[in-house]
Amino acid sequence: MDFGLSEDQRQFGEALRRFLSDRVTMELRRAGGDAALWAGLTELGVPGLLVPEEAGGAGLGMLDAALVGEALGRHAAPTPFLGSAVLAPVALRSTAHLPELAAGRMRVAVGLGALTGSTGTCTLRRDGGRISGNLTGLIDAAGATHLLLALPDGALALVAAYAEGVTLRPRPSLDRLRPLADVDLTAAPAEWLAADAARVLDAGRVVLAAETLGAAQSMLDQAVVYAGQRRQFGRSIASFQGVKHACAEMAAWLEPCRAFVWYAAQAQDAPDAEAHLLACQVKAHLDEVARDVARHATEVHGGMGFTELLGLPFWFKRIAANRQVLGGPERCREEAAAAQGLAA
Amino acid sequence: MDLTLSDRHRALRADLREFIARHGHRSPPVGGGGGRKRPDQRVLDWQSLLIEHGFAARSVPTRYGGYGAEHDVLDAALITEAFNAAGISLGIQGQGIRMLVPTLLEVGNEEQRRRWIGPTIRGELHWAQGYSEPEAGSDLASLRTRAHVEDGNFVINGQKIWTSSAHYADMMFLLVRTEPDRPKHLGISYLLLPMATSGIEVRPLATMTGHATFNEVFFTDVRLPTDQIVLGRGDGWKVANVTLKHERMLLGDSSKLVHRLHRLRALLAETVVDGAPLLSRPVWRDRFLRLQGEVLAGKYHQMRLLSEASRDQDSGLGLLVVKYYGTTLAWRLATLAVDALGEAGLAYEPHDEVGEDSAATAWYADWMYDLGLIIGGGSSNIQKNIIAERGLGMPREPKPMGGA
Ligand SMILES: Cc1cc2nc3c(=O)[nH]c(=O)nc-3n(C[C@H](O)[C@H](O)[C@H](O)COP(=O)(O)OP(=O)(O)OC[C@H]3O[C@@H](n4cnc5c(N)ncnc54)[C@H](O)[C@@H]3O)c2cc1C
Repeated sequence: MDFGLSEDQRQFGEALRRFLSDRVTMELRRAGGDAALWAGLTELGVPGLLVPEEAGGAGLGMLDAALVGEALGRHAAPTPFLGSAVLAPVALRSTAHLPELAAGRMRVAVGLGALTGSTGTCTLRRDGGRISGNLTGLIDAAGATHLLLALPDGALALVAAYAEGVTLRPRPSLDRLRPLADVDLTAAPAEWLAADAARVLDAGRVVLAAETLGAAQSMLDQAVVYAGQRRQFGRSIASFQGVKHACAEMAAWLEPCRAFVWYAAQAQDAPDAEAHLLACQVKAHLDEVARDVARHATEVHGGMGFTELLGLPFWFKRIAANRQVLGGPERCREEAAAAQGLAA
Repeated sequence: MDLTLSDRHRALRADLREFIARHGHRSPPVGGGGGRKRPDQRVLDWQSLLIEHGFAARSVPTRYGGYGAEHDVLDAALITEAFNAAGISLGIQGQGIRMLVPTLLEVGNEEQRRRWIGPTIRGELHWAQGYSEPEAGSDLASLRTRAHVEDGNFVINGQKIWTSSAHYADMMFLLVRTEPDRPKHLGISYLLLPMATSGIEVRPLATMTGHATFNEVFFTDVRLPTDQIVLGRGDGWKVANVTLKHERMLLGDSSKLVHRLHRLRALLAETVVDGAPLLSRPVWRDRFLRLQGEVLAGKYHQMRLLSEASRDQDSGLGLLVVKYYGTTLAWRLATLAVDALGEAGLAYEPHDEVGEDSAATAWYADWMYDLGLIIGGGSSNIQKNIIAERGLGMPREPKPMGGA
């Protein structure tokens, strides 16, 4: 038994961090991303992380995916990782699509709103073997070749983005780096999937929690650096106890989250009732902690935090948007309650 | 990350099941506002049963009276989990066992380890911690209780305060100023003092829990052989910090949080208002579930820390946040309990040396005592200074000039 990361995981994390610090510049974020970033991540094997080796992937586990999510969150990176490299491979397990996914060529927008208590519209329904209806708030829709959709009865379907009867409408999002889209379907051809939607959702929640952890950690790190540089009243603002204590509190909330994310992620490789409970709770917990971190880290930056000058709002908005995606904390806790027999 | 259970761990789990089924009923009760009693016979019997089976003092070497197992994170986690789930006591958790013993294992000499560790882990010797003084609380290093050497003895004069369990302790580990001419952090020594020595006077202090938990201790020409010192003269601050590291772990121990969460869940399930248990009401349930998330983070964080410790890896920031995180969360768990108890919980009748407290009294005692633990062992503000300065590398607080 060893509770920690393996040497391979540490080395891969290092390589990924180097790559991301190089490539994810503020200019790139301001431009909303570019195609080269995903191409570079594809060379590192990121899209195929969860794809079995026989289908051309790396055959790694959910902890590895969470670590990548954490790194992407730390850099507020604009990538289709969640949809195409996490949710899709779990949903498309043992289908013929896996090699395309592993190669980074298949890009999947995801709409699970029917299962997560979404406040948007979901009128998707079976129409013979096809699908009709509307769904708002698909994630990772930019450049999507396919749509992964959940129906209210829990069925999962894959729809080609360019098929007849599919109208995908991009929509601006609070987090400009994770665009949304709405879709209208009129008897669109669908491939019905055997995967368990709850498992797909849990995988997504764990990776979102990891991403939120990375984003919050970055905000804390930036606050500590900024406080060390900014001077007022003739001294560094980092020497004021109010500022120090705000940073210490953020660290005290965040530090224990790392092991929680690791454990919850690892649990998804052998899904059971506990794994489901952990996926719900880890997302809810990170959503709550990160909201406070996002607020206090911004406050430490003063007016500078409120402006776009340093780019801090990219992380703030990533955290704020992640909270609402795949079920907010209240929804996740309701499901956690049901998972342990507490719901009425 | 390897979380698989080896054959040995599966065997331990089976041992635990069998032990709990066979002996669980012999456990003393758990909880109720901190160490206010000298362990009674039931506690002592339970403690020796635990050591015999390796469920207490597990990795303390056999030559010092422990069970002598290799240190293994999962062992500890399995034991804690099984005991918590069964609602039975993990044995004595006092300042001797949880703070002094690891300190001696780290920096004590062979003679001290052989003499003190065995009786301490068996619960025969009870220790008090003599650090705080009326004028030296958060600024501990400014302590004034002094000791000079005379005929091979330290002669101690001065006063300690807030000394938990000094009214029944056999021994005290204490900090005294032996080198008044040196800078304040370098003039301190760490001594091991029998409480039966003449010249010691203990006066209990009433606390908000109504339990007599701590004391003032006065020293008048108290004589102690000079070999009863850990490390050397002037090394006391260094030793004190070893102890404080273990105190942070003790006070922030997540197994206490997990256990308390179990109790809280049971309380919310059995408290029925207008025909429905609180746990089935969304407002109460959500408060519970938020706390559950925080406890889970603390639980896995502790597994990470233990794993790093067994690899001799310095956890840095990870270790520094534990006391603040654990004590503030423990208090909030008890807060939900006292809210759930509502009006009926206001019947508060603390017992001292004899008798058991009612469930409601125990929750209120925990709730108030936890506030004490937020203050004791370095208050939250001091923890935050430490986290910011040592963990995040932010500027240090201004230090007062001069010596003691
Ligand atoms: C339940 C309990 C058990 C205890 N058991 C023991 C024991 O067994 N042995 C022992 O030696 N001591 C014990 N203590 C004492 C404990 O260690 C002290 O109470 C603690 O260190 C605080 O010191 P103080 O009470 O003098 O408060 P002060 O130091 O006077 O602090 C008062 C307030 O000022 C704040 N403050 C002080 N300095 C700073 C600063 N630099 N920055 C920001 N804020 C600051 C503190 O955070 C606190 O809120 C115990 C205390 C409690 C409550």
